[in-house]
Amino acid sequence: MEWMDFFWAFVIGGAICVVGQLLISLTRLTPARILVLFVTVGVVLTALGLYEPLVELAGAGATVPLTGFGYALGKGAMEGAMEKGILGAFTGGITATAGGVAAAILFGYLNAVIFTPKTKK
Amino acid sequence: MQKRLGKQTVVFEAPPRIAAGGTIVGDVEGEGPLGSYFDLVLQDDTWGEESWEKAERKMFEHAVRRALARCAMQPPQIDLLLGGDLLNQIITANFAARELSIPFLGLYGACSTMAESLLLGSMLIDGGYAERVACAATSHFCTAERQYRFPLEMGGQTTPTAQRTVTGAGASLLVAPGYAGNAQFEHIFATGGTIGRVVDLGITDASNMGAAMAPAAADTLAAHLREKECSVTDYDVIVTGDLGRFGSEMFAELCRDKGIDLANRHQDCGNMIFSPAQKVDCGGSGCGCSAVTLNAYLLKRMEQGDFTRMLFMATGALMSPTAGMQGDSIPGIAHAVVLERR
Amino acid sequence: MEKKRQKTPQEQRYQQQVKEKMPRSKTLPQCLRAFVVGGLICCIGQAVRAFGENTLALDPDGVAALTAIVMVFLGATLTGLGVYDKIGAWAGAGSVVPITGFANSIVSPAMEFKREGLILGTAAKMFTIAGPVLVYGIGASVVVGLITCLLAG
Repeated sequence: MEWMDFFWAFVIGGAICVVGQLLISLTRLTPARILVLFVTVGVVLTALGLYEPLVELAGAGATVPLTGFGYALGKGAMEGAMEKGILGAFTGGITATAGGVAAAILFGYLNAVIFTPKTKK
Repeated sequence: MQKRLGKQTVVFEAPPRIAAGGTIVGDVEGEGPLGSYFDLVLQDDTWGEESWEKAERKMFEHAVRRALARCAMQPPQIDLLLGGDLLNQIITANFAARELSIPFLGLYGACSTMAESLLLGSMLIDGGYAERVACAATSHFCTAERQYRFPLEMGGQTTPTAQRTVTGAGASLLVAPGYAGNAQFEHIFATGGTIGRVVDLGITDASNMGAAMAPAAADTLAAHLREKECSVTDYDVIVTGDLGRFGSEMFAELCRDKGIDLANRHQDCGNMIFSPAQKVDCGGSGCGCSAVTLNAYLLKRMEQGDFTRMLFMATGALMSPTAGMQGDSIPGIAHAVVLERR
Repeated sequence: MEKKRQKTPQEQRYQQQVKEKMPRSKTLPQCLRAFVVGGLICCIGQAVRAFGENTLALDPDGVAALTAIVMVFLGATLTGLGVYDKIGAWAGAGSVVPITGFANSIVSPAMEFKREGLILGTAAKMFTIAGPVLVYGIGASVVVGLITCLLAG
């Protein structure tokens, strides 16, 4: 049921963002702290086995928010550890997220070279 | 004559005159309620330069030259330049002073710089150490954002207490009372002032600068009234620099606590320069805010005779990203200058 | 370490006053906007996932990598075009929390500091916000991996 996938992606993804919004509005955490918090919480929830069910239910709704980045890191590290032991614990997380990080560096650099920031009205 | 009253307040024996003002602002300020008063409104806030920092120093230099031109003067005829801005090492003022090559004393008083420079300039003239002093201050939205806050293209929301840094440069030319040459203003004299103390009531929120500065403004006003033995009603208007809407509210509150009734005489440059319809949250801020509002608008109103006694009290939030990250609160300061129409 | 200075009664009273009178942001509409925009961004991600799974027939790791790369590309490009900050001003956390917001946090300082040079400006400042995210994310993942080793061993 593809349409249900989109429904859950919307609902869960939106709900995770609402948690972030509540933190910003009520505790005045800066976006930088929110991002750090979310990625770390994602790793921890994954380690506790609590995030996997959310990914199965919501797909991109759980992987696109930054907690999903944490999920990919945590899952990668755990799988690495199971397969290759201590070395895998070190390499697993970065291996699993290499695509996103490399893309961020490349596209980040290219955009910076091409575009110039504009004043806000 | 006693030139010093109490600890903080000074009066001038031979009050210096403000002979002219020069202002230049960015397009958002130009669209505001005071738009038509500014000498020059930039459509492009890089002003053809490679960076905003370079544009800001060009604005500083330009504002000084505008003020001088009104008196048909050239930089070599000026004894002293006093000024500052918000950037680290006050690079705007330093580099503009390099171009103007007027003897220069750089000031840092955050957004209180315009009042600080007028106060010091008047004291130097009254003391006989200078005849003609140019006073100037600038700020630029983009340079301030990147130094104090986030990159411009970063997505996020401002909080309702935030204020928008004014892109603008303002300069005043102070002359000794005997001056008889060309001038924009004939009647405006700086007759005294009060040097503020640094006051900090522990506000740590960098997007609530109005609340951080309000205690300093109230402290300086109270010291002024006490030492000069005058009252709020002796002034037609008491103008603060950039408390903004919320800061003004807290200022009134603090004054009430001190037994001072502002009697509807309080105005704030941060509230005047933008209209609430412009999305600027609590109003304007920055050195340029009070500098352009004074030189473009308030002095003209005063010259016309709309008010005869004004207490110009620019307020500064002496915040630093480093101190903020180390958990320090934001100290505030306010300096007051008495301007009279004679 | 120096002990934190006690607040004077005057400071306490003023801070209390400020807290009470401060204009507040309207949390409910902000949350609604964050929900809608965050949800929509995730739906775009879901479309990319579906494309990877069905059309490209990628394995789950490939799908995850493709989604991350495409979303980062979108976030980075919208930032470059000067659109993402406008979305952010409306959506708040709705555009901060998704990985597109992570891309925004990389591109925006990188663009802004171009004038300080491509090495110590763009390249160094790129990680002012993303750096901490990677430090804590990767750091936590290694810890989790090591704990897994211990438990499995």
